[in-house]
Amino acid sequence: MNISTKYGIGMGSPAFIGLGLFLLIPFIMAIFMSFTNSRLLSPNATEFVGIDNYAQLLSVNYIVLNAERNDEGLIKLDKDGDIKYPRVRRHLKSNYPELRSYYELTSFSWGENDKVVILARDPIFWKSLYNTIAFALMVIPLQCGLALGLALLINRKLKGTNFFRTLYFAPVVTSMVVVAIVWTFLYHKDFGLINQYINTLTFGLVDNINWLGDERWSMKAIVIMSAWQGAGVQMLIFLAGLQGIPVDRYEAASIDGANEWQKFRYITLPGLKHTITFVMISTTIAAFGLFVQVDVMTGGGPLDSTSTVMLHAINKGFNEQDTAYGSTITVMYFIIILSIALLQKMYFSKKEA
Amino acid sequence: MQKLTCSVSALTLGIISATAMAAPQEVTIWRHQTGEAEMKASQDMVNRFNASQDQWTIVQESIPEGTYTQTVTAAAKAGQLPCILDLDQPLVPNFAWNEFLRPLDGFMDDELLAQINTSGKGTYNGKVYSVGQFDVALSLFTTKSLLKEIGARTPTVDKPWTKDEFMAVLEKIKATGKFPYAFDIEAGNTGEWVPYAWSPMMISWGADLIDRTNYVESDGTLNSDQAIEFAEWMRSLVTDGYIDRRPSDSDGFPAGRVGLQYTGSWAVGRFDEKFGDDLAILPVPDFGNGPSIGGGSWHWAATTACKTPDAAAAFLNHLASAQEIANISVATSLIPTSDKAAALTPHYQNGGKWRGFYEFSGQYAQLRPETPAYAVISSSFDKAMHDVLDGKDPVEALDIAVDNIEASIERNNGYGFPMK
Amino acid sequence: MSSAIVLNTVDPYATPKKVLTYAVMLILAYIFIFPLLFMFSSALKPQAQIFEDLYSIAAVLPTGDISLDNYVSVFESSRIGLYFFNSFFITTTTVVLSLLVNSMLAYSLVRLEWKGRGFILTFIIALMIIPLDGIAIPLLMLVSHLPWIGWDSGLVLETTWLNTYHVQILPLIANPFFIFLFVSFFKDIPKEFDEAAAIDGATPFQIYWRIILPMSKPVIATVAILQFLGGWNQYLFPVLFTQSEGVRPVMLGIQQFFGNNTEWGEVMAYASLITLPVLLVFLIFQRQFVQSMAGAGIKG
Repeated sequence: MNISTKYGIGMGSPAFIGLGLFLLIPFIMAIFMSFTNSRLLSPNATEFVGIDNYAQLLSVNYIVLNAERNDEGLIKLDKDGDIKYPRVRRHLKSNYPELRSYYELTSFSWGENDKVVILARDPIFWKSLYNTIAFALMVIPLQCGLALGLALLINRKLKGTNFFRTLYFAPVVTSMVVVAIVWTFLYHKDFGLINQYINTLTFGLVDNINWLGDERWSMKAIVIMSAWQGAGVQMLIFLAGLQGIPVDRYEAASIDGANEWQKFRYITLPGLKHTITFVMISTTIAAFGLFVQVDVMTGGGPLDSTSTVMLHAINKGFNEQDTAYGSTITVMYFIIILSIALLQKMYFSKKEA
Repeated sequence: MQKLTCSVSALTLGIISATAMAAPQEVTIWRHQTGEAEMKASQDMVNRFNASQDQWTIVQESIPEGTYTQTVTAAAKAGQLPCILDLDQPLVPNFAWNEFLRPLDGFMDDELLAQINTSGKGTYNGKVYSVGQFDVALSLFTTKSLLKEIGARTPTVDKPWTKDEFMAVLEKIKATGKFPYAFDIEAGNTGEWVPYAWSPMMISWGADLIDRTNYVESDGTLNSDQAIEFAEWMRSLVTDGYIDRRPSDSDGFPAGRVGLQYTGSWAVGRFDEKFGDDLAILPVPDFGNGPSIGGGSWHWAATTACKTPDAAAAFLNHLASAQEIANISVATSLIPTSDKAAALTPHYQNGGKWRGFYEFSGQYAQLRPETPAYAVISSSFDKAMHDVLDGKDPVEALDIAVDNIEASIERNNGYGFPMK
Repeated sequence: MSSAIVLNTVDPYATPKKVLTYAVMLILAYIFIFPLLFMFSSALKPQAQIFEDLYSIAAVLPTGDISLDNYVSVFESSRIGLYFFNSFFITTTTVVLSLLVNSMLAYSLVRLEWKGRGFILTFIIALMIIPLDGIAIPLLMLVSHLPWIGWDSGLVLETTWLNTYHVQILPLIANPFFIFLFVSFFKDIPKEFDEAAAIDGATPFQIYWRIILPMSKPVIATVAILQFLGGWNQYLFPVLFTQSEGVRPVMLGIQQFFGNNTEWGEVMAYASLITLPVLLVFLIFQRQFVQSMAGAGIKG
């Protein structure tokens, strides 16, 4: 063994042991458990169940639903005047016994009077996956943009910036549980201060937004709160990045008559390239693990609009004590994120080549 | 030679028992950590036990209430349970099914056990596994002046409001225009509140979470016509503007944002402070099948891991005595769990200020289903009810809850109950 | 290092610009500090006052019936001093060990030639994706049966890691994300530095210790702060792995106030107590922190 290998393995070994013992082995155990019916607590022996858990998680199907007709063959309408369709679960139970354990994921109209219903055995998983990705796509630009804006402001070196910097950083060190509870008060539809401010600023033109109770707003409310809470850390990192850009570049640009925007566009942004990549990666990882905020503020509701993959995994694995299924979700989550990362990498390396 | 060994071991034995006499053996117990008054009352109870004998010293370890269930579940999984611990009553059947707990019939003093009422006993498959010293009770809270203003009859334990009377009261409160919302059922709460507080209302409508004659069937019970009617009614509370779908706090009533609040007896102190003599504590309405409220609070149990079962039995006998139950009640205002104990407290004895709670609890209390499947029942019902309040079709929502519960029961071979 | 954006003293708009900047900073400060003001103010109020003020501006002001009662009962009902000690001990140990362990592996991967290191690096990046919450149950099963040499008036063999400090420290140390951070930083340090030292007969460890680490202040500062926050805020692992009050961290202590009868004033007093010291530490050290990150000339 040459000296490089000896030192290489020697210096790496504490980390190897840590990663192996506390990350790799538990993850392998989780993979193993995902092929069993393992429970958090159970006196029954654990049995292998093959890919049952994966089938439960991933199975999708579809049916075409015909509108309900009355005795004269006319289409029934509900009280809002929409076409009435049979209830999916009861319809499946009596007409498609093989689809008995499927539930509606989503539906769209088909032809004149029919609709296609997409079915899944675990529709909450698919909704959670969609929500998690949507959350990431919204929160990453918002949080990084906010952090960069704060860093640029602070970097102006005015008196008292130390103090402001601490204020902007404050949400980061406040217990997430407390922060989430306070924001629940702020978001209240009728009495919350956010709606009160919006009301005042728009002279009452905007209706009260039902932040946490309206499917269209709930995830956005979580995004705003999360970006606010986490921006402080990225602000610091951007700040360090900004201070690393040599001052003479700006001075030279000033002499050439560049305006503020041009300086930002052609000096600051390129100078922050590495920092931006790093901030994006760390925000992405945090975004995909979204859990505490939704657990405290919405519990995944209304109507699953803020359910996330980790929330679903914890609900199943802890609250319903189905460890095997919780592990299956974790493993699937890993595979999905890994695939996204690999696709991204392939895309970028193709672009560069 | 043999003789010598014999005498040596006799000597050692003598020494061991001598040390046992000198220093009492430490026995660890876990309790959920709550407010000062409760913690002190509990510690005092432990201290009296320790002073009453010199064989054992009970050491009480407290674990924060907010995460207590997760912590003890993890400890159980890791085989690290202490000798005695307290558990939220719905968790007891699950721990009993896993053989973490000792059955108490014959383990404790039978006479003492018999005096404890239904809410104070946690059972699974016909055996008692836990005893509780206190209970809480659900009630309606409003003010006497508001009742007078709207001209509503004051309901009593024997003659609660009927559904129609109740709806008329809501309508009249709404008509006063004094409150943004007439009623509060804490619809923003998720988790244990939902099965604890709302499933008794559903029972009063004539439905239930699961068929309690077999504990393996939920189909036809949780999605029965009565259950669907109940769910539709809950939704109508939102659409008719009687309740706030997402109150972010549970103090709407004292803060003047609602006229009538449905909550537990634990809130009475705060309400009392605000309204004094004007506070009206009312029994829950009868929605058709008799009034019903949730029963069963924190219970004490002895574990199978306990190496000093004698100490566990003695301690359980100590805490289940009428005097100790009364002590806890006096110190914390919580409802005692036996007639004898109630008679020893100023507030809950006949004619006491809060006797009403004791009577609601005694007459209407319905424990949450005593099955290890409770975790999945609770979580499925919670989700179904929140979806219904948000506008999901009640039939579909309840059907999904039923399927989720039954699938879990099937995967767990009935959780100890015979499958059909 | 002088200011990045030069404020030209002859700029005729200098003063209005300054005023505008301050105005923006103040508005932002209000937005960011708002929930904290709520927390600090509510900590001084009894429950009824909190809920009366909840939906008006009074919510963030220490108005009405205020006192230190909530703080008194927090100190009486919880051993917050002990929890603080535990959290500080756990967090600082984690930070120090984490800096060493992760940077050593990164150095080994970037600078030392050995077979399989390319594969290991890819593998570690993949490990970054594993969600810690998702593997908590298998980890619980594992740590509950790991042996440890303890001290109980003499060395003793312990058969579980539950209820200890080390169970709250060791699993957090090796972290793929931090390794990745160190790797990308080390890659950009010119190799000439270590080559010169190697010619002088320095061992790889000496090069790492004397040359690479001193040049890596920015990444050390970043990892230190991220790890500090991670350690301070850790929650699920202590819930599952500890029951004893002796090793309980501060974040967990707040859970004793949540139950049927949540005393919001006490929750807020407790939350204020656990937030304030960290904010103060930050206020004191932030200048050093930002400078250390910038000082080594971090490449943007």
